[in-house]
Amino acid sequence: MIDLRSVSFRYRQDWVLQDISFGIERGEFIGVIGPNGSGKSTLLKILCRLLSPQKGEVLLDLTSLREMNQRDIARRMAVVPQEAYSLFPFRVIEMVLMGRSPYLGHLMFEGARDLEIAKKAMDWTETFSISERFVDELSGGERKRVFIARALAQEPEVILLDEPTANLDIHHQVDFLDLILNLNREKGLTILMASHDLNIASEYCDRLILLRGGRIYKIGPPREVITRENIEEVYGCRVWVDENPVSGMPRISLLRKGG
Amino acid sequence: MKILTLKKVVTVSLFLTFLLVLVILFSVMVGSVRVDPVRSISILLQSLLGLTGAETEMERTIILSLRFPRALLAGLVGAGLSVSGVIFQALLRNPLADPYILGVSSGSAVGAIIAIFLGLSTLSFGLPLASFAGALITIALVFYFGKQEGKIHPNILLLAGVITGSFLSAIIMFFLSISQKEELHTIIFWLMGDFSFANPRAIGIVLPYIVAGFFILYYQSRHLNLILSGEDSALQLGVNVERLKIISYLSASLITAASVSLCGLIGFVGLIIPHSVRLLFGPDHRLLLPASALIGASFLIASDTLARTLLAPVELPVGVITAAFGGPFFIYLLRKRKVVKTL
Repeated sequence: MIDLRSVSFRYRQDWVLQDISFGIERGEFIGVIGPNGSGKSTLLKILCRLLSPQKGEVLLDLTSLREMNQRDIARRMAVVPQEAYSLFPFRVIEMVLMGRSPYLGHLMFEGARDLEIAKKAMDWTETFSISERFVDELSGGERKRVFIARALAQEPEVILLDEPTANLDIHHQVDFLDLILNLNREKGLTILMASHDLNIASEYCDRLILLRGGRIYKIGPPREVITRENIEEVYGCRVWVDENPVSGMPRISLLRKGG
Repeated sequence: MKILTLKKVVTVSLFLTFLLVLVILFSVMVGSVRVDPVRSISILLQSLLGLTGAETEMERTIILSLRFPRALLAGLVGAGLSVSGVIFQALLRNPLADPYILGVSSGSAVGAIIAIFLGLSTLSFGLPLASFAGALITIALVFYFGKQEGKIHPNILLLAGVITGSFLSAIIMFFLSISQKEELHTIIFWLMGDFSFANPRAIGIVLPYIVAGFFILYYQSRHLNLILSGEDSALQLGVNVERLKIISYLSASLITAASVSLCGLIGFVGLIIPHSVRLLFGPDHRLLLPASALIGASFLIASDTLARTLLAPVELPVGVITAAFGGPFFIYLLRKRKVVKTL
């Protein structure tokens, strides 16, 4: 459903992304991995048109993003930000209802249907019980869930996640990713997630895109991408890759110098 | 589940309008000549219906050509400054922002001071027109300096505004230092904000700017909520962020320019009314904008009434009152409930 055709992007002079082409099928769970500065965040921003590529184009169901307006994109694609604070505190329900924005006109108030959709989104994310609390008073894990709920209220087909597990403890990491996986499997949502955590990417994603210096180094299922050779080559450090004894997916262990 | 509805916005606005009417009534009653409430109401109603009543001519004149226009003026300015304060705080994502933060006030002051020096202030519209022109030129300059690659970056705009403001302050200081005694008094009162030299006939001139500005901003109110969580976040929710910013900055700047051109630099209103109203009604701009306008109007009318009655027959600049009463009240609110996450 999403196709990138030789997308290149630069901020000022140097190309941050070069000649990126790949396709994503409806319902896939894709992970974007790569070292710092490899272009992961830029790629995500291009996908939701926060940035427009100088070369190439992004197609959503064969329509170029350039030809769509921001509202239409927002109805089909939702972004869960790394951290988003409101300058002045809103309550959870108000924040979730903001996800209805792409469906509302300028002077409109959220109606019964919007409230219904927001409630469902809060049910999925188990945030209903905290709906009256202020977003800035929540824990990191709860806040992540609120932003997922806001994304679900957009009724999107695609959800983009930027480093979703940063700042979460392992309990909340697993909770959060199980929720995402659930949305992917049961609601058929297409997920694209940029992550630094290779083990998480390996465990949850159908396919991985490994970026290096703004180019695709390798794309494929975790078993083909997360190999000792690929990771050592791209990240420039020594690692050990074996299998997670429970899931059988590739597992990375870090090796210290001389270890 | 409580969510904001149109009904709530209308109810709150009607209640606050009622409050505003009470404040206006009180304001036309008190002063060196007290007019009792029933007579005040009947004079106002009669003039509204185009009748001439039996009240003594002096009371009519005092209410209809002095106190009532002045209350309207104070109300307009109070509403204008409060609304533009709300907008600047949201767009610059800065709780310390106020209507004067981009230097509009300093430009307006330079215009006013030049008018005072040239003796234009004796002409009926000399002072407001000169200060409005000064403000407009400043707005144009600040946006010219603050734009980068066709886009407005809050911090760059803020810097451009602060620097322009400082430069204009130097000009103000220069004029102050070379001015004679009579001019000095006028200039200082203008800088503190004062309605005593406001020309009531100027209401017709500034009213359109403030009313149109308000409705343009209100049209954007739901999108302004989204921009509080960041421009990227708003864009991703389908908002045309650059257009929203340009429309809102310009409307808020014009409202500020129109407000200060009438009465000088009344401080504090544009900072504390938005915060106080957020504490009372929450940060949703669909309620925050009308509530701020109405409460700001009431607050400034009440302050001006105090300013002209407290030490009567001497009139204080209204800016003294807004700061003296607004400050402690705001500190009380601040201690009681938190204003912003980061404070």
